[in-house]
Amino acid sequence: MASREDIKFLNNPNIGKQRKKYCRFRKFGIKYIDYKDPDFLLQFINPQGKVLPRRITGNSLKYQKKIAVAIKRARHLAILPFVADNMK
Amino acid sequence: MRQYEVNFIVDPVLSGDEIKEAAQTYVNLIQESGNKIVNVDEMGLRQLAYPIKKRTTGMYYCVEYQNENPEFIPKMELALRRDERIMRFLTVKLDRHGVEYNDKKRKGLIGKKGGKQEKLKEEIKEVKKKATAPVAKSVKSEEE
Repeated sequence: MASREDIKFLNNPNIGKQRKKYCRFRKFGIKYIDYKDPDFLLQFINPQGKVLPRRITGNSLKYQKKIAVAIKRARHLAILPFVADNMK
Repeated sequence: MRQYEVNFIVDPVLSGDEIKEAAQTYVNLIQESGNKIVNVDEMGLRQLAYPIKKRTTGMYYCVEYQNENPEFIPKMELALRRDERIMRFLTVKLDRHGVEYNDKKRKGLIGKKGGKQEKLKEEIKEVKKKATAPVAKSVKSEEE
């Protein structure tokens, strides 16, 4: 009787599967988001300087809200722009 | 006891002493009102992401303090708003995670080694060394 590991697929079955998204704040235990660190916040905005949605970043609601507040604070202090053409 | 953090951007057109004086007035104001200063961070001259009052750079300051009197903050903000040397300011109440984070940051526990900021600091050091070295050499050559 062949076990499941012995079955050889012609195509790699993992191709086309999407990797599961996760909240990096939950996973790595980050509790405070520094609004003075533009390099970190850059991960959560698109090239126009808009906040990326949760469906793309995979953040949990709690941390998505904190990210949004941090980005708004950074914009007020001219650390991040309100509008940009090519941020990345 | 609540911990607050006030950030302000000082006009870079002023001379170096005037900028420091402007920052010092607010540090003194905080202290004289019976608050305990935790840390004064001078972040230095930074490029602004967009122009404010036709300036493209600004001197960033961040002062952390402990405050028990809630009436102090509107007073402080009014003083900052009236001051023409200050381009922007922001007061933030820190939660316990924020206090912890700032504590760690001061000790240098946060941020990877060889990260962007450290590299920049090293570059600045090297540039300074290069800037000072030829002067010393030229002085020597003159002596000879």
